[in-house]
Amino acid sequence: MGLRTFIEGWPVYRQLTGTDPLGRGAAAKSDGSRALTARTDTADSMARSVCPYCAVGCGQRVFVKDGQVSQIEGDPDSPISRGRLCPKGAASKSLVTSPLRQTTVRYRRPYSTQWEDLELDTALDMIADRMLAAREQTWEDVDTQGRPLNRTLGFSSLGGATLDNEENYLIKKLFTAMGALQIENQARI
Amino acid sequence: MAEAHPVGFQWVMEAKRRGAKVFHVDPRFTRTSAVADSYLPIRAGTDIALLGGVVRYILDNELDFREYVLSYTNAATIVSEEFSDTEDGDGFFSGFDPETGTYVQDSWQYEGNEGSSGSGHTAKERDSASGLEHESHGAQVDGDTPRDETLQHPRCVYQILKRHFARYTPEMVERVCGIPQDKFLELAEAWTRNSGRERTGMLIYSVGWTQHSVGVQYIRTGAIIQLLLGNMGRPGGGVMALRGHASIQGSTDIPTLFNLLPGYLPMPHHADHPTFDEWVDSIRHPGQKGFWGNAGSFAASLLKAYWGDAATPENDYCYGYMPRMTGDHGTYQQVLNMIDGKIKGYFLLGQNPAVGSAHGRAQRLGMANLDWLVVRDLFMIESATFWQNGPEVATGEIVPEECRTEVFFLPAASHVEKEGTFTQTQRLLQWREKAVEPPGDARSELWFFYHLGRKLREKLADSPLPRDRALLDLTWDYPTHGPLAEPSAESVLREINGYDVATGRPLSSFAEARADGSTAIGCWIYTGVYADGVNQAARRKSRHEQDWVAAEWGWAWPANRRILYNRASADPDGNPWSERKRYVWWDAEKGEWTGYDVPDFEKTKPPSYRPPPGASGTEGIAGDDPFIMQGDGKGWLYAPSGVLDGPLPTHYEPVESPVRNPLYGQQANPTRKMYAHPVNSVNPSPPEQHSQVFPYVFTVSRLTEHHTAGAMSRTVSPLAELQPEMFVEVSPELAVERGLAHLGWAHLVSGRAVIEAKVLVTDRLTPLRVEDRLIHQVWLPYHFGFEGLVTGDSANDLFGISLDPNVLIQESKVGTCDVRPGRRPTGPALLDLVADYQRRAGINPGHNAPAVTTDSEGKEQGAS
Ligand code: SF4
Repeated sequence: MGLRTFIEGWPVYRQLTGTDPLGRGAAAKSDGSRALTARTDTADSMARSVCPYCAVGCGQRVFVKDGQVSQIEGDPDSPISRGRLCPKGAASKSLVTSPLRQTTVRYRRPYSTQWEDLELDTALDMIADRMLAAREQTWEDVDTQGRPLNRTLGFSSLGGATLDNEENYLIKKLFTAMGALQIENQARI
Repeated sequence: MAEAHPVGFQWVMEAKRRGAKVFHVDPRFTRTSAVADSYLPIRAGTDIALLGGVVRYILDNELDFREYVLSYTNAATIVSEEFSDTEDGDGFFSGFDPETGTYVQDSWQYEGNEGSSGSGHTAKERDSASGLEHESHGAQVDGDTPRDETLQHPRCVYQILKRHFARYTPEMVERVCGIPQDKFLELAEAWTRNSGRERTGMLIYSVGWTQHSVGVQYIRTGAIIQLLLGNMGRPGGGVMALRGHASIQGSTDIPTLFNLLPGYLPMPHHADHPTFDEWVDSIRHPGQKGFWGNAGSFAASLLKAYWGDAATPENDYCYGYMPRMTGDHGTYQQVLNMIDGKIKGYFLLGQNPAVGSAHGRAQRLGMANLDWLVVRDLFMIESATFWQNGPEVATGEIVPEECRTEVFFLPAASHVEKEGTFTQTQRLLQWREKAVEPPGDARSELWFFYHLGRKLREKLADSPLPRDRALLDLTWDYPTHGPLAEPSAESVLREINGYDVATGRPLSSFAEARADGSTAIGCWIYTGVYADGVNQAARRKSRHEQDWVAAEWGWAWPANRRILYNRASADPDGNPWSERKRYVWWDAEKGEWTGYDVPDFEKTKPPSYRPPPGASGTEGIAGDDPFIMQGDGKGWLYAPSGVLDGPLPTHYEPVESPVRNPLYGQQANPTRKMYAHPVNSVNPSPPEQHSQVFPYVFTVSRLTEHHTAGAMSRTVSPLAELQPEMFVEVSPELAVERGLAHLGWAHLVSGRAVIEAKVLVTDRLTPLRVEDRLIHQVWLPYHFGFEGLVTGDSANDLFGISLDPNVLIQESKVGTCDVRPGRRPTGPALLDLVADYQRRAGINPGHNAPAVTTDSEGKEQGAS
């Protein structure tokens, strides 16, 4: 190693002579860190998204590699968040890739002490049947004075506030058409 | 805010860097207090006394922005002779009906309008949470009202306000809130000094204000201050609700709420809205000024979006299909009905009431008494496993082999596995692109409900029953794509935006809505989000490439307007109040309103416009009436109707309080919604006996590292690691008083439950001197439950169920409890401990605490 290379190897030299006078970027890099590439550079695609936690609505960039989420970062273009994410937003990748996520339908029979597996389509069918039965058993056409009620109070729903507007729209539309009034949301809480 | 909305808080720090003074009012010293200029500890549940003190300070020192107040608010309007104030009624306004615990509002009206309160008796309004309808418009009021521009008339709003708050002195603030007078005066002085032509101040609140039995009135008090100081409709001003969830604003706008339809249209009530016309008239109030005159178009267009070709002018757009409310169908009433076996099925869609709702035990007992439960979530949450792992299994109240609830757990798609819009806290819609496919059986709610609806319609296809027509005639033909047959979220957004029925052309503005069936609109306040067939919510023009208003980032309702009522940013003549605060103004040359934002006013209506006599609807709004959704075009310092617990905010004690109300004989909000149910109870408060059994105040809030009921954070390892344990913060003084050891255990007892937590002794909490006694407050995070990577007892278990009368939101920011050292008992011994406390406190479950408390003892104190 020549003297010149030796001196140039000093971070403080690079800091004083290079483009990084504060020594926070290129000047501070070691050979090891120089050899690293960011996951954001090697991603196959990037989706513009929004943090799913609080209502500040920080912009997120979701990077995808080989069909998997490889990184989620703050969106520097956002006038709301200017690229920042708080601990929760920054943990979004861990949220969507958490090993605790349930990825199959689970079913608990009445009086059972355990879960069982169930096909998604079967579950959907069973749920539809139960809704129709509950509606049938509790349907109210009119009140005591003959005024229309057109409703069932036989089942209810409570939604979280990470539902998309489009989802809320379909939920309300379907429930209303079924005469199901008892629909609520975190927005009440 | 630094704690719960950290990235939003960067703007507070930005303002501080530019010289703003930051005040933080909180029962507990937090990360926000640490960087504030001044921290004011407050007794939980006393904010109206503090804010009322500010109102008095403004009025007494004549510090209101007089020109703004005179022109833009109802300060000069004269109120009925029949009105009497809480100052004269020991905590009651005129019109209280003790039978129902609600008000008849006739006497609150403006002079000459006594008969037109519209609502009249408000018992029904309370049950249907009708206050919520006013999220986008004011309540009914006649346009022509007598005024006294000198503000001297004894019954003008200005004078009424002055008398109402006269006793909210700095001494009283100290007595009620425990805030030292000099701290209070520093706040009042800074707030008022930072308002006027050249400066504006902003008020930010969160559920620390809404989750109270007087929550709506907290916000009203804040709004009164902001109107008096001229801080509404101007840049850097306003009252901003910092909402807690990614699209909770969206869940209110396109409500999955029992009492609302999209765009704040009311759900029909069986008695009030038997016909389409009666329903529409109840919204538009014929004869009233303002933009709600077009309600018929919004209503017809919604029904047209729902029922398409089947909806015609001849059949009132299928109005007959709509289900009708008969009373309170809210989430807490539902849970009590579940316990009583009246409800068979329950859907939980990304929601975890076993941890997140007040009175966790009632929630879990309700779920254990269903025929079936569908849980859709990312994780196996407490509300799916209550039958297996819940605290009631430990106490023997739920026995798995005897619990009949059939549970379906269906995995949900995450926010990166589907596309759609969130509406964030400033009414801004932001479209999310889909990054990856959901894993395994995980699906979006869009998928679930679309395909569920498809199946239901197939099953009923041959039904001859009239009641099935609504489902069969429903427009339900969204295109699907991809291997999972995912419905197109854009096609749903297009329907929400609305379209011309004949051509399918997306509408650009809700002004295009028609009542003749030619337009279909899913949510009229969102019209424009799909203008020109372009998804405006997907716009992502970098902040570096546009001005500070950033109008090309996402899309805000209504009409991409970023500040509501921004006509008020100009003076009555249409000129900016000052160069510094220039925002929207009248361009006389071009004859139109212009500025940095979309003007919230008819574009070419000049400031000089005066309505012809008797004009109603938009025609009735004068050129200097900025509050165009209000019936009189004015900002309401005094609310003659629409707010069910009073035209003005009044300090009431929380439902559970160790303190007798120092201001009135009436202890707590007399109109609060109570539930006499065997599972529910309220800890006694003065003047009732035995309040000393629960001597301490507890309050709950968030930690930065966790999210609400914990389903999205206790399951995520980096977050779980950062906050691994349930804990309770106590002051060193209380630790000594109760023998609590730092990092040891304590348990907390209320009339509903006992929970345990690790003890954190810290001077972040300080005992407050209130009415010559020391009040100890403890603080708890409410994120913990029994599933996930980190577990702990749930703070919400401690609460009972008492609701704000306007919106039926529960009081879950303040309650009373006892604090004891050591771990809680387990098994049946736990129930015995709660029962023992109930006995000692004289709690009689199933009976309400008295709503009216102006006894003789109260009178004495109230008069002091
Ligand atoms: S990153 Fe933090 S502050 Fe931003 S939206 Fe997400 S939770 Fe809220």
